Amino acid sequence: MSSEHHAPVADPSFDVDDPRNTRFDLVREGLRRDGMEIAYYEPAFPPGRKSKVEKRIERSIALLFVLAGLFAVAFVVAYIWWPWKYEMGATASKFYTPILALTLGGSLVLLAFGIIAWAKKLLPHEVVIQDRHDGASPYDEQRLTGAAIMNIVDETGIRRRPLLKAALALPAAGLGVAAVAPLVGALIKDPNDGHPLLKTGWNPENNNGRPVRLTRQDGTPVRPEEVSPGGQMTVFPGIPGGATNKWADSPVLLIHLRQADADRLRASIAASQAALAEGRDVTRPVVDGMWQNFVAYSKICTHAGCPASLYEQQTNRLLCPCHQSQFLITEQAKPVFGPAHRKLPMLPLDVEDGFLVARSDFLEPIGPTYWERPVEINEQEATS
Amino acid sequence: MSPRKRRFEFARVPAQIGQDLDERLGAATLLRRALNKVFPNHWSFLLGEIALYSFIVLLLTGTFLALFFDPSMTEVAYDGSYTPLRGEMMSQAYATSLHLSFDVRGGLIMRQMHHWAALLFMASILVHMFRVFFTGAFRKPREMNWVVGVLLFWLGFFEGFAGYSLPDDALSGTGLRIATAIILSIPVIGTWTYTSLFGGEFPGTEILPRLYIVHVFLIPLLLLGLITVHLALMVKQKHTQWPGPKATEHNVVGVRMVPGFALKTTGFFLLIFGLIALMGGLVQINPLWLFGPYKGEVVSAASQPDWYVMFLDGSTRLMPDWDLTIGPYTIPAIFWPTVVLPGVLTMLAVFYPAIDRRIYKDYEAHHLLQRPRDVPVRTALGMMAISFWLVLTISGGNDIVAEKFDISLNAMTWAGRVGLLIVPPIAYWVTYRICLGLQQHDREVLAHGVETGIIKRLPDGRFIEVHQPLADGHLEYAGTPVPKKMNKLGALGPAIRGFFFPIEKPAPPPPAVTPVSPADAPRELEEAPPKY
Repeated sequence: MSSEHHAPVADPSFDVDDPRNTRFDLVREGLRRDGMEIAYYEPAFPPGRKSKVEKRIERSIALLFVLAGLFAVAFVVAYIWWPWKYEMGATASKFYTPILALTLGGSLVLLAFGIIAWAKKLLPHEVVIQDRHDGASPYDEQRLTGAAIMNIVDETGIRRRPLLKAALALPAAGLGVAAVAPLVGALIKDPNDGHPLLKTGWNPENNNGRPVRLTRQDGTPVRPEEVSPGGQMTVFPGIPGGATNKWADSPVLLIHLRQADADRLRASIAASQAALAEGRDVTRPVVDGMWQNFVAYSKICTHAGCPASLYEQQTNRLLCPCHQSQFLITEQAKPVFGPAHRKLPMLPLDVEDGFLVARSDFLEPIGPTYWERPVEINEQEATS
Repeated sequence: MSPRKRRFEFARVPAQIGQDLDERLGAATLLRRALNKVFPNHWSFLLGEIALYSFIVLLLTGTFLALFFDPSMTEVAYDGSYTPLRGEMMSQAYATSLHLSFDVRGGLIMRQMHHWAALLFMASILVHMFRVFFTGAFRKPREMNWVVGVLLFWLGFFEGFAGYSLPDDALSGTGLRIATAIILSIPVIGTWTYTSLFGGEFPGTEILPRLYIVHVFLIPLLLLGLITVHLALMVKQKHTQWPGPKATEHNVVGVRMVPGFALKTTGFFLLIFGLIALMGGLVQINPLWLFGPYKGEVVSAASQPDWYVMFLDGSTRLMPDWDLTIGPYTIPAIFWPTVVLPGVLTMLAVFYPAIDRRIYKDYEAHHLLQRPRDVPVRTALGMMAISFWLVLTISGGNDIVAEKFDISLNAMTWAGRVGLLIVPPIAYWVTYRICLGLQQHDREVLAHGVETGIIKRLPDGRFIEVHQPLADGHLEYAGTPVPKKMNKLGALGPAIRGFFFPIEKPAPPPPAVTPVSPADAPRELEEAPPKY
């Protein structure tokens, strides 16, 4: 270390039993032996008779402690006797939690102030300097420790006996894999097992091969005449538990378009189909899923999976409130703003026995994009 | 032994216990060293303590919550005290969260304290990291502890996210759903990871019990271990300190741990605890009964995550729809702002000490802190990072900004996209210039003295401001604050103390404080030519 650096030096002749030493001398010596030096030390108040200021500070701190104690008692009293059971309306129970906060928090804060005031006002002012002992160990120490370590390596004989080293590699690797295997093995689940990412509740296989009805939250099926032009409704697959989180990938927004909008959507679909037939570049799949002026889009945003469900009737846009992707209903729900890249999948609609049904499952995987996501699902798979 | 019965001396009991213990442990030296350990004093050294103390509150309140919470995803019909939701089907997790809020005595304040403490934990970690960064406390030999700190931040982040997901209300379910999209976006292993974590398809019935054990056991254990390492390294390497009287690279100047530091830090712990208790009962947070149970088709506008997640929400909102198609495979756009960006940010933080060594070509160990102005490149880089993060965080709530200020939502998104590119360089440049300006002003005061506010007219008609030199000779800048006002030199006398009435008599102004003797003026003129 540098030469300008002076560590406090303990006095070797210091006698701890020397009666001439005060206790503070002993404190100072103890500090010195640990590389510390008191550079400045001044009691907050001179010894002897307490001054007016000192007495006032003492009283203030005592008052803080007493108040903290009273608040703590108040907390216990309130906790036990204040009516705490939740009731609707403006009842005394509404104040239960705030009162607990005021009493408990108040007690802790008052006690904190008291203790901090004690430390700041009544403790001696001091500046102590401690030697840092920074940097690496002395060279000798490094050499000795290094030798000890290398000696241990040699004592095991691992260098002398390469056979053991090689043989040990096997259980090391084996047990390493064995340590991970149960965790990975128990958790792992093949995403292609049953194709949960490709199938939703609208697949007819969930309904004994028959087209699945569009139903409300309570399970009642929907007749076309129940949705007025310009209106929309969230519908679920009409299968057992279709409206529960078991089928969280299946909610669909059913929209009854006004005539002009419906015509626009039909034109858009026709244009895409024409482009597809001519082999021009067009976003697949092109689904003609309308039934009269009805259209149904998956509610699960193609960006991050939130429900893209804020319907702006004036602009015909669907907005996802999570990341503000916007989809144009009259253009097959293609994204027009925000981070979403793909259109919302369209559910092919039909009517059976006067109720709206899904002709098949979605013709593409719904929800967020992933690495191996197929662009489209053929109609056979979507109906079987 | 004397046959006389020894008198029992009460005053000797502590000494006797001490001696008995030392005979068995031999720890007297160690104990004295621990009691006497020196801690430097500065308010900015308390920021990390806030994190430590909110972590303790988190452990206490979290243990209480765990006694009543059940992470099961089985559907049950709610039949608790909160009438608006009675009869509604919901997961057992959400039902027990409601139970905790309404039917457990004091459960609501515990839940809210837990949430507030979590927010405070993350906030204090962040502010503590700012302190360490801007003062250069991460430099050799403390790089390891900086990395441990970065790990602690991310552990806290995931711990918070897991906790946010557990109650299974509409908000936590939405957050979890976005997490699935992020997992799915990972190339090659995305779908496998997704189905493995969720035990099938989202949401399934496995994810909450799994997150629960992660939240109450796995991550807390790691946090506890890393916090121990963090503190042990701090004790071993001793705390950094500001340059000042007697402070060098080879010592620590401050107060002994006991009583001074210990008393203050105990008070500080109680203060943090008390403030969290006050917030927990007076300031509502996450009123999950208003959100309802999670349902795949339900979401509302203004769905924001906890504040420390908002920067990733913002980056996701700002990202253009750039899906990358490679043959039959796709890397969705969401992969970049949610997986790659945090990865890059973490790596930058982890390797920053090494980068800093190269920028300043400084490979030495340092224990004295630097004033941010004295390291303009680092300070400007830090402000650049903070402004980048701020643009993202504001964008994470851009729908709320748009609504409150009646701005177009799309305009907010574009402002964020553009802002993300141009605000950080501007922040860099402005910070850099401010640092240089402050440096220059320090040197100016050291060379010419403090402005007195006294304007003098010279015989030839010119006006100059009189400066009070700090010393007769030349003063070298020492990395410490330079007095810039006359009352810092004692010229105006101390302010009278006391809030409602003076608690002490105002000291008479020191006698020799006439700022400048008439004889000084010409010399002043020579040294500091007046500025026009």
